[in-house]
Amino acid sequence: MISFQYARAADVADAVRQKAANPGAKFIAGGTNLLDLMKEDVERPIRLIDITRLPLKEVRETPDGGLRIGALVPNSDLAWHPVVEQRYPILASAILAGASQQLRNMASTGGNLLQRTRCYYFYDTATPCNKRQPGSGCSAIDGLNRMHAILGTSEACIATHPSDMCVALAVLDAKVHVAGPKAERVIAFADFHRLPGNEPQHDTTLGPDEIVTAVELPARGFAANYTYLKIRDRLSYAFALVSVAAALELDGRTIKEARLGLGGVAHKPWRDAAAEAALRGRPAGEAAFAQAADTALSGAKGYAHNAFKIDLARRAIVRALTQAANGTPQSQSSKSIV
Amino acid sequence: MARKRNGKAPNGAAIQAPAKMPITLTVNGIATRLEVAPWTTLLDALRDHLDLTGTKKGCDHGQCGACTVLVNGRRINSCLTLAVMQEGATVTTVEGLAQGGNLHPLQQAFIDHDAFQCGYCTPGQICSGVGLIAEGKARTGDEIRELMSGNICRCGAYPNIVAAIQQTMERS
Repeated sequence: MISFQYARAADVADAVRQKAANPGAKFIAGGTNLLDLMKEDVERPIRLIDITRLPLKEVRETPDGGLRIGALVPNSDLAWHPVVEQRYPILASAILAGASQQLRNMASTGGNLLQRTRCYYFYDTATPCNKRQPGSGCSAIDGLNRMHAILGTSEACIATHPSDMCVALAVLDAKVHVAGPKAERVIAFADFHRLPGNEPQHDTTLGPDEIVTAVELPARGFAANYTYLKIRDRLSYAFALVSVAAALELDGRTIKEARLGLGGVAHKPWRDAAAEAALRGRPAGEAAFAQAADTALSGAKGYAHNAFKIDLARRAIVRALTQAANGTPQSQSSKSIV
Repeated sequence: MARKRNGKAPNGAAIQAPAKMPITLTVNGIATRLEVAPWTTLLDALRDHLDLTGTKKGCDHGQCGACTVLVNGRRINSCLTLAVMQEGATVTTVEGLAQGGNLHPLQQAFIDHDAFQCGYCTPGQICSGVGLIAEGKARTGDEIRELMSGNICRCGAYPNIVAAIQQTMERS
């Protein structure tokens, strides 16, 4: 691994101060993605600021019935937190669909949001990559792109965001609390991750000196009718080709509220307002689900090796909405898809 | 992967290598002080500084699980954390599982069920299994397989590994 300086931050203000004073520095918490990228020579921080001792490890219920999750809460603790299991099972399920238990024990809530793409070319320093080296070109567009995006791509980048957890957070309308040198602010989840456009080097709208302090969930958890359906090349411990987070509120069989999130298909967790609108007020069933799927994928574009994802996503959306409507969420241990 | 900075700043001046840092870990019950460079992973600290070579370096990227150890009772990939980040932590490696000359029940179960062939992944499998049993979340074979998916066995001893974990869960 490269050599670097190392310092510990005492509190949030100290972490922000240290970061502002060291432009080449990076925060480290779980380290599961950053250290891997440093071993690959993709990330080359001059200094690591260890934030693992910051007091951001609490999960607490908020006065308006929501939940505030400290940025350092490990993924495994969050997935198995009793309130998350009971009231936000779509979040628990999505977390348990990702990585391995060892990694979930290390990885933090904030770090999950900030993990980088697993595009092969982003990792391969011998090839051009606009995300790794702006202006160098995209090797994936005309290269091996089986795992790449079909929605929201640009000429500069077709990478996907790799997180499962973030697809559930997007569907739940989470908010991201951040602190910076000047002030704290709250970012709506839909605005936290960005599309690649001409600046794929920026995954998020987080400022260079800002730090994620918490993720907040609103009260609505869709615990009765939800699913997280992840389709991948092997049944565990693999990134999604396509994943679907579906959450419904039903009045009898009529859809009152619908949320639909896609993973593995775009540079950010993908939601489509028109597809969700197409579900509201309709009877829960194949016709409405198929229409929502068509709407969500109307702008999809396949490349040489990933065009199969369009049909796969369409079918996965219909299946996921069926699972959600029937109250039969996908099990993340038994792999049979019902 | 092993590439180092060349030790020169753009103006040709030598960059001073950061000093080694003193840390204290409790490793297999023994308070241990050591001095490590910041970029030393916990895995390298265990193997190269403490000669605890039971913990294996497989992929060194968190993909194979061979480096699994227990830190403060939880299983993690020791290749993806820095030793300096674990200051004050309690670490248990495969060398620390046996008590008073008796194998840990899961170690014995691996022998009973012939749960290995080449043995390279075995220390990580066993530490991971001990962590899994402590978590108390897995009950069925499906759940054990899912929660052990971070440990790869290229010899394919998976059915016997699951059987060894099941035996240990039933007897504990």
